[in-house]
Amino acid sequence: MVIGGALRKDAIAYGADGIASDVPVVEEPYDHVIIATGSRPFVPPMEGFGGPGAFLFRTIDDCDRIAEFAKASKRAAVIGGGLLGLEAARGLMTHDVHVTVLEAAPQLMIAQLDPEAGEMLKKTIEGMGIRVLCNTITAKIVRTNDRITHLEFKDGATIETDMVVVSAGIRPITEIATASGLTVNKAVVCDDQMRTSDRAIFAVGECVEHRGRIYGLVDPIWEQAKVLADVLTVFNPKAEYLGSKLGTKLKVMGVELASMGETKPSLPGDEVVVYREPSRGVYKKLIVRDNVIAGAILLGETDTAGVLMQMFMANAAVSARRADLLFGSSSGAPVLSVFDLPDHAQICNCNGVSKGQIKEAITIGKGHSVSKVGGCMKAGLGCGSCKSLVAQLIEAYAGEVKDDPSEHYYVPGVPLEKSQLVAEIRKRGLKSVSAVFRELAGGKEDPGRKVGLASLLKTLWPGEYDDERDARFINDRVHANIQKDGTFSVVPRIYGGVMSPAELRRIADVAEKFEVPMVKITGGQRLDLLGVKKENLPKIWKELGIPSGHAYTKAFRTCKSCVGTDFCRYGLGDSIKLAQEIERRFQGIESPHKMKLATGGCPRNCSEAYDKDLGAVAIEGGKWEIYVGGAAGGSVRKGDLLCTVETHADVLKYMGRFMQYYREHGKYLERSYGFVERLGIEAIRKVIVDDSESICARLDADIQKAVDAYKDPWKETELPGYPPAVQWCGTGARPCSSRK
Amino acid sequence: MNTTSQTVNLGSIETIPVGQGRCFVIDGHEIAVFRQRDGRLFATQNRCPHKQGPLAEGVIGAGQVVCPLHAHKFDLTTGAGSQAGECLKTYRVSESNREVLLHL
Repeated sequence: MVIGGALRKDAIAYGADGIASDVPVVEEPYDHVIIATGSRPFVPPMEGFGGPGAFLFRTIDDCDRIAEFAKASKRAAVIGGGLLGLEAARGLMTHDVHVTVLEAAPQLMIAQLDPEAGEMLKKTIEGMGIRVLCNTITAKIVRTNDRITHLEFKDGATIETDMVVVSAGIRPITEIATASGLTVNKAVVCDDQMRTSDRAIFAVGECVEHRGRIYGLVDPIWEQAKVLADVLTVFNPKAEYLGSKLGTKLKVMGVELASMGETKPSLPGDEVVVYREPSRGVYKKLIVRDNVIAGAILLGETDTAGVLMQMFMANAAVSARRADLLFGSSSGAPVLSVFDLPDHAQICNCNGVSKGQIKEAITIGKGHSVSKVGGCMKAGLGCGSCKSLVAQLIEAYAGEVKDDPSEHYYVPGVPLEKSQLVAEIRKRGLKSVSAVFRELAGGKEDPGRKVGLASLLKTLWPGEYDDERDARFINDRVHANIQKDGTFSVVPRIYGGVMSPAELRRIADVAEKFEVPMVKITGGQRLDLLGVKKENLPKIWKELGIPSGHAYTKAFRTCKSCVGTDFCRYGLGDSIKLAQEIERRFQGIESPHKMKLATGGCPRNCSEAYDKDLGAVAIEGGKWEIYVGGAAGGSVRKGDLLCTVETHADVLKYMGRFMQYYREHGKYLERSYGFVERLGIEAIRKVIVDDSESICARLDADIQKAVDAYKDPWKETELPGYPPAVQWCGTGARPCSSRK
Repeated sequence: MNTTSQTVNLGSIETIPVGQGRCFVIDGHEIAVFRQRDGRLFATQNRCPHKQGPLAEGVIGAGQVVCPLHAHKFDLTTGAGSQAGECLKTYRVSESNREVLLHL
């Protein structure tokens, strides 16, 4: 049972005396009650409020009425010098009326500013032609012939005005809670689980007082609602709401302002850093407590607000040079974040997009989501490692990053997230890319997503997937990696980086015979034949007689290893043998992005196993540590320790489980490091080590199916009935007719 | 080529796999011909204006091609590119008696 809810237009849910008289009384038994009665605008006690010319400032309708009335007015008074009061004043100014702001407190915006910043803001606003009176309490609205003529203040002074707008904050609606005997202080008192003084009754929103605080912004209320939902549904009965950190970035009458946390020091050890530049109306203040930001005010210049807000919300340790926090770093190095970079600094290094260009896309092009900015600037569409910087820029210049729901769609034309799409594909038994587009996207085959869908379908239907070659990226059509000049690279599989002299000789012979322009050792400890012409590919495969190394596709790539125990005097575990076992088992397994692996015979990391998608490192005592989510590409990240096991078989088991889980839940082109960061290693460990969802046996079986379905793609040309790997296109054409 | 009208027979439609493209060289010009799954044919210059990627090797769909090198996208009908200032030359192409006719 929920008391409260959305207001009908013009309806008052709860009158001043509690319940509207024309509403029938309903009796209803309950297990739990949620009180979400919200708040009502506060009108300070004064004589004569109400009637024409006196307004609240709360709804769109209020705004319309105020604007209408202002047309026929010369003077307006706004009671309340908070954020909304100032917004009202600015709105009135645009209607060409003389505006006076009346604030009972000694300063403007007392919730967000300290007295000095308040005074500076007052001067700035007065410079725009608005009169500001602080320490002023209105006692009476005086009318003549039903028209407002002037206001009388408590101290006896008066001002002339034609209209009054009250924006003096809100008051929680608590009548129902009070009448029910619940503990009510300033609002309905709740504990950390949003429970009132009655265990079966909860409250949420602006009617709640939690740890002595009342919130009027939407973010804290979402946090409360989430905890309430977790508790009530027993999804997480121990969920707790511990209060919210408040920060705002806004423009008050064109003045940039950011405020977060406390406005003045409150503990003896608090460190206060202040910068003031009155001639430009700039004021910056930082309160640091235990090396984290306890509060900050930036007025007039807010370049570092985004990063300060992030550090504040995250309780991040701040840099030793406090000035960097207020002005950005002096060296230009990105010690703080992307905000401090100059406009010409390149953000997307793949596509060469500068900060200034992204800023333009955000401010002029209204690109308020990472995908939108990517859509118009291509920033973030290469390796993707700058996406978080783009998000930071959006936050800085647009206020917040819009969550574009289509970002989560696996295929843009199909409004389904991956898990929903998978369910739909399974339900309808769609086994080809064209079938998915036909059934779910009205036949519109988005060329940007065919390849991702193909990968997904191959994972979903091992052995049954209807392989339409046009849905393959060129690399997967020809089982080789396309190069900048349209030639291809050929990388034979070399298990664990170990090969026989005969294989080495064969590779050399093939390279000579086909005049391969370059033979190179890759980062994954293999040999790469570069510059191969497309038409030579099948002949080369045949002569090599070595399986494909899959150095071209979104799949298991390689497992490199160090020297291990055979020769190395430090080796603790047989990393070569393990790497070969891993590579033989998982070769060709498709995944949302490529998977590069390594094994290390000791923690010295010669094979870089710590920063691979999956890595196994031998430690003393005959054990192996398994790391996942490492990266040493566009992003550099040390992998997270998933678990420690004793045998090679266990390494294979947990690696396979992780791969299958990643195959099922990773977004297309999301590397394992993004996946692990998104889900969190603890959550992943729970599922694939602790088996919290009882799916480990199923994961093991499914990865086994994928392993069993492996076929060497370089052999497919030899299989009867298999579509030719490459359409061997001639390049001639004969003219048949010509007419002038 | 623009001042005169010429039709070139590129041979059987079956030489272009369904849903894919194929490059033909005509008078030294590389021209990519695409055969979309719905049967529609398109023809454009083969080289991507960005870095000369072979567009005939690109993935197509919904009247667009994605360059295999850097994923620049082009409208196969108009030639318009996803990047400002990038545009493809397009050609009329038709099918007659299962043969592909390119109109230059």
